[in-house]
Amino acid sequence: MGYQVNGTTVAADEEGYITDISQWSRELAAEIAKEEKIEMSDDHWEVVNFLRDYYEEYQIAPAIRVLTKAVKNSMGPEKGNSQYLYELFPYGPAKQACKIAGLPKPTGCI
Amino acid sequence: MNEYKIPELGDYATIPDLDPGSMSHSHPFPAAPEHQTALGFPGELVEDWHDQAIGKLGELLEKSRGLRVFLDSCVHCGACTDKCHYFQGTGDPKNMPVARQDLLRKVYRRHFTPWGKFPLTRWLVGAEDLTEAVLDDWYSYFHQCSQCRRCSVYCPYGIDTAEISMAAREIMDHIGKGQKYCNEIIGKVHKIGNNLGLPGPALANTLEGLEEDILEETGVAVRLPLDEKGADILLVTPSADFFAEPHVDGLIGYAKVFHQAGASWTISTHASEAANFAMFIGSYEQMREIALRIRKAALDLGVKRIVFGECGHAWRVAYSFLNTLAGPFDFLDRNYPIPQHICEYTHDLIEQGKLKLDRSKNDHMTLTFHDSCNVARATRMGDMPGGQFEIPRAIIRACCNNFVDMAPDTIREGTYCCGGGGGLLTDDLMELRVKGAKPRMEALTTVIKESGVTHMAAICAICKSQFSKVMPKYGIGMDRIVSLHQLVGNAIVLDRAGDGSSGE
Repeated sequence: MGYQVNGTTVAADEEGYITDISQWSRELAAEIAKEEKIEMSDDHWEVVNFLRDYYEEYQIAPAIRVLTKAVKNSMGPEKGNSQYLYELFPYGPAKQACKIAGLPKPTGCI
Repeated sequence: MNEYKIPELGDYATIPDLDPGSMSHSHPFPAAPEHQTALGFPGELVEDWHDQAIGKLGELLEKSRGLRVFLDSCVHCGACTDKCHYFQGTGDPKNMPVARQDLLRKVYRRHFTPWGKFPLTRWLVGAEDLTEAVLDDWYSYFHQCSQCRRCSVYCPYGIDTAEISMAAREIMDHIGKGQKYCNEIIGKVHKIGNNLGLPGPALANTLEGLEEDILEETGVAVRLPLDEKGADILLVTPSADFFAEPHVDGLIGYAKVFHQAGASWTISTHASEAANFAMFIGSYEQMREIALRIRKAALDLGVKRIVFGECGHAWRVAYSFLNTLAGPFDFLDRNYPIPQHICEYTHDLIEQGKLKLDRSKNDHMTLTFHDSCNVARATRMGDMPGGQFEIPRAIIRACCNNFVDMAPDTIREGTYCCGGGGGLLTDDLMELRVKGAKPRMEALTTVIKESGVTHMAAICAICKSQFSKVMPKYGIGMDRIVSLHQLVGNAIVLDRAGDGSSGE
């Protein structure tokens, strides 16, 4: 499978995670979000941007605690919890937000 | 994703109406060529797959007397038929353990028994050729077995379906028909050290963050040391404990226990994974390679003890196989179990009166306990039979005022799999996972209704992830599953003198 962005096709695996993370763009993210039936708000973008920055530094998506803490610092304590993250990304912040951020799917017993 | 119906829950497990072929569409994603070759398996289905599969089966029969006995001894008595959670949740007769075994047994009979080899008697013994359709059935239905071994408890011959499904997966890997979820993950362990692919710097960052959280919450500087040479105890825990909820609350619980005990302990980046998915694919070689990481970490760090965190199948590998896989562990302190489970560790401290526990801290919950399949049926804790059932419950009772067990035939050695074990905890098998959780959800819903249970504790990363995913499908909040050591972490009174030191 893949996504159509600006006339080009970006390849993705069976589950919709793009296979070459360097091909990510905001337009692509919006396209993936559409597939996931998520309307991207500022808060969604903030999470996606944080994931990408964290990945850049550590080559892995952040743990849920790291993510909630970052959200708490930037959006306030009422949003810095996993319930809010699940409201933003109903299929789970780790997997769904990573998909939109163009990161590989976290694997393991999660 | 397929549309499917969430099973309706009754008050207790009933035998479902048969629904032949209802799960024949369920296949996990195949491993990509690079996931296969990284483990030394062919990248794709080999041309002479039939002969190679039969050859591999012959090899496994030579190696494992058990496998041959399990394939020979079934008398089709039917005792197992309604014991599998996947059968109960799907009604697909091929999910009856005997039918699952027969998928391999018929090929075994065809090639390895005199009556099956002889054309005129072949039909008499149910011998069949390994055709493409049979291979497809293998791929589908041997990935609908979580290797939980509940059926073997009820089998009068003790036939272990898990061994048969492991053998089938091993054969399929060797002909290039592997499963993505397990094989990609095993590759990550070899390359990075854990299932998640969490590199050292990220692990260090995560642990630092947890230390800050605990300090903020309790005012006590509890440490989560990483790669500390000369520590007494190496903690080997599933990487989900670093990453996911409620797992991380369990990790915080272990850290508080070590802290309060004044123990010197460490986590290792090299062995930052307790899980050993190679068991799920039946690969001794892969299982050994993963287990050797633990040995290397223990030697490099110079520890005296190894303690395993809350991970079900890891405890099976650790308790039952670690010594032969990666031993001898003669360099460890023999005054303690080698290896030791975190529950044994905590329980010992409770018994010795070394932990002060304030049960009222868990008064907002009424707990029940889910026995994880691998812990329940493949291991033991402590030095008495059934310790693996008693010790976790004793810890819960020491930490909580309100504890209620689920129905007797759904716990202890008769426990139901969470529905996501055995390498099936993957999104592409979600329908199977939801349906397979039915018996556990039934038992849980009953104690919620009848006894006011609010939360279920578990000691396995797979169980915790599976439940947080599937419980909402049955109207139970995802936050209702907790780590056992989360309860300990809530109740423990942190008052050790000299807080903040690395230990005594």
